[in-house]
Amino acid sequence: MNSATLFGFCSAAIVGLGLFGLIVSPHPLRRILAFNLLGSGVFLFFGVVARRGAAAGLGADPVPQALVITGIVVAFSATALAVALVLRLFALTDEAAPTSEADPKAGAEGGHS
Amino acid sequence: MALVFDIGIVSLLIAIGAWMIMARDTLVAVIIFVVYGLLMSIAWVRLSAVDVALTEAAIGSGITGMLLLSAAARLRQTEGAGARPSFPVCVAAGSLCALISAGLAGVVLLPADVAPTLAPLAVANLADTGLENPVAGVLFAYRALDTLLEKVVLLLALLGVWSLGSDRAWGGAPALGAYVPPNDILVFFAQVLPPIGIVFAAYMTWTGASHPGGAFQGGTVLAVMWLLVMMAGVARAPPISSTKVRWLLVAGPALFLAVGFLGFVIAAGFLAYPVDYAKALIVLIEIALALSIGVTLALLAAGPPERTLQP
Repeated sequence: MNSATLFGFCSAAIVGLGLFGLIVSPHPLRRILAFNLLGSGVFLFFGVVARRGAAAGLGADPVPQALVITGIVVAFSATALAVALVLRLFALTDEAAPTSEADPKAGAEGGHS
Repeated sequence: MALVFDIGIVSLLIAIGAWMIMARDTLVAVIIFVVYGLLMSIAWVRLSAVDVALTEAAIGSGITGMLLLSAAARLRQTEGAGARPSFPVCVAAGSLCALISAGLAGVVLLPADVAPTLAPLAVANLADTGLENPVAGVLFAYRALDTLLEKVVLLLALLGVWSLGSDRAWGGAPALGAYVPPNDILVFFAQVLPPIGIVFAAYMTWTGASHPGGAFQGGTVLAVMWLLVMMAGVARAPPISSTKVRWLLVAGPALFLAVGFLGFVIAAGFLAYPVDYAKALIVLIEIALALSIGVTLALLAAGPPERTLQP
């Protein structure tokens, strides 16, 4: 087994882990984290494809590498937008229900719905 | 020996990824994510992708970690919001994800007879671009349209973040660093590091034409330096209505687009470069892009405007 195959398995495992976190995490911020993990697994898969395409004296195919660089930057901008949305969401929820912490009944209902 | 090292990296990556998903505390999970990003950049070096390793370390781990850390700190009191799904749902989700992982692993095990590659083509035409780094060649010559549109995506994301501010704060400044108590160590670093960081960013942008590096990595270093200065309160975040900031934001993409249209006149078409001036034009675009990327990434991480302008 060469190291490209090894990293291929790693990317498969990370995609699975990220997807699992995306499904079971209750907190939106944790879902953003899991989504980033999933994305990094996909990027690593590209890296394995690039490594296998090593030719013409290069250690890896430059085209998937450039795609991954673009992908990392776009993933960051999506993360920043998602984080801003989550912060705004929680800020609005706090404004709308300022008594939810003081009133345990309201809090319990919110938790179940 | 190298394989043993790779096995170590891979096991660490999977273990840390699992820990990140399972960690109870969000702040802990974010810190694990930063460690994971740094390990991932070692994995990229092992895959002979040094350009990606630099990007991953700077963006994937550095600035994303910074953004998520501040968000996690602000959402500390919402920690208990929502509950994990019931055990059977978790088992079902786990089986589904294991199935997907197994499928992907199968794809890894069954590669094509001849691995698809564009490396020979990329190298064969590299001389015409005047560049020596094939990844820069793909980013700024062969797939220049992707890179241009990616800059537009960054600007759109920034518009999205800005529009999440309240109406009262429109045109104001992000609150970054405004409420932080004076911290001598942070201020010290915010004064000592930026000069070094700026030189480093300029070098990374310049050397990107021939060696690993480039506008993305240089721009990210600039962004992190500016964020450090803003967080320490050494310089306040600028109001988003500032004309100077807006010009800096669009300078890179606008120059890129202008050179693209110039291609109709002096070269074969849109985003084509004349062979004699290709490298000069690309380096010029990279310098403008590094500045724009730095400002865009920093403002994306700084978040929506929250402080209204002082009259």
